[in-house]
Amino acid sequence: MSLQADPASLPRLLSGMPVDGAMGLEEHWAIHGETPFAKRRERRGTGALIDLVERAGLLGRGGGAFPAATKMHAVAGARGRPIVLANVAEGEPASDKDRVLMEGLPHLVLDGGVLAARALGADELILCIDESGEAALESATRAIYERERAGGDALKVSVQIVPAGYVSGQESALVNLCNGGQALPAFASPMPFECGVRRRPTLINNAETLAHLALIARYGPEWFRALGTQAHPGSTMLTLSGAITHPGVYEIEQGAPLASLIEAAGGMTGQIRAMLLGGYAGTWLEGGSISTLELSNDRLAAHEASLGAGVVVLLSREACPVAETARVASWLAAQSSGQCGPCVHGLQAIAGAIAQLAAGTASAGTGQRIERWTSMVTGRGACAHPDGVLSFLTSAVNVFAEEFADHARHGPCDACSRAKELPLPALAEMATAA
Amino acid sequence: MSVRLKVNPIACEAHGMCAEVLPEMITLDDWGYPLIDERPLPSELTAMAKRAAEACPTFALLLVRDREKS
Repeated sequence: MSLQADPASLPRLLSGMPVDGAMGLEEHWAIHGETPFAKRRERRGTGALIDLVERAGLLGRGGGAFPAATKMHAVAGARGRPIVLANVAEGEPASDKDRVLMEGLPHLVLDGGVLAARALGADELILCIDESGEAALESATRAIYERERAGGDALKVSVQIVPAGYVSGQESALVNLCNGGQALPAFASPMPFECGVRRRPTLINNAETLAHLALIARYGPEWFRALGTQAHPGSTMLTLSGAITHPGVYEIEQGAPLASLIEAAGGMTGQIRAMLLGGYAGTWLEGGSISTLELSNDRLAAHEASLGAGVVVLLSREACPVAETARVASWLAAQSSGQCGPCVHGLQAIAGAIAQLAAGTASAGTGQRIERWTSMVTGRGACAHPDGVLSFLTSAVNVFAEEFADHARHGPCDACSRAKELPLPALAEMATAA
Repeated sequence: MSVRLKVNPIACEAHGMCAEVLPEMITLDDWGYPLIDERPLPSELTAMAKRAAEACPTFALLLVRDREKS
């Protein structure tokens, strides 16, 4: 096996990624071999696979970077027969990686889910897929059928369609949805690992995390650690967009220089004003650090940034950061699930004030009002949506302080009406264009 | 054992009764939703805190006992 022979080579997850369509089961087996831990004998002592994951030091790739083995131990230690959920409902518009994995390499994600289920003695795997990811839904459905025809994985595998929305992929929202409710975050609900879907212990892992698990089960923890940093081992998937020649999904070594990723993506299309790391709950960094930045959460901690769900957006000097921030702020405010007053009213008020600053129609004291509302609203949602939005907006207002001041004084600039660089879902783009 | 106030933000509908009854611990934000002082409740306010929780039409105000024994 080539992956085994050269542990430091890339791609890992994206090995044999088809340019178009999905990889079939035969080809998946040809590349990685059949799903391991299939025999009952191997499955006994379910700790074996969790132990591999623990030694590999795999961290969750949905944004939280939580140790995957710790989560598995918690589910394994809870009372009742566990259920495994694969989260392919990333609501972050700047993140495409999980959808792309599900579309192109469904069997890798399914392997990971099946393996996690085997390790925990779970009898059910549910793939939670965003309704807007039609290709991912189709690919998942076909892959499940393919596996059933090949003998099946001795567990029930199903697909749960998740309504589009920034907060629908949140863990408690997925549990609510799978329990027959709406995809809305809950307040102080029991932890899913104790009492999740149908009140059973529920493991919820992001699609990429499960894909890594599928490879760790085959090639081992030492192989996994041959790439990456001590604290953040392995490879990771990133969605790169903005002022770049070939925007898209890339697999890099954790801690790889941003410069090498940019080179692999055909270079920048212009000068960079700033970079957004971690998406719309993330952090803006000055363009000046572009040549020194290294992409892993431990290296980014010095900049108070993280990769979140694997997002890097390059904002060029051609774009207007104020207009871009205002546009995204109003979308984010509208993405509140509408349950918590401070989030509904606070984000709307702040987005409105930013829009006034961008238009040059803000009254004196608008800046202070934004600051006051930001500290007033932080920490007051049932989920982390308001906090994420506010940290993103605060970082925008700081990094683009000069541009904001300029707009407040003189109104819109020439760049305000230029092409948009920060990605939003297609429907939202149409709505703002209308 | 200390007691703290907590609000369920999903249940809260900004009636503002809690701030009427217990202004010592609760003020309202710009939209009428309660801003809670989450420090341990002074024992002399316990009775009023219970009345504030009972006054809430949506039962969104909670008195939470700290789990760690002190």
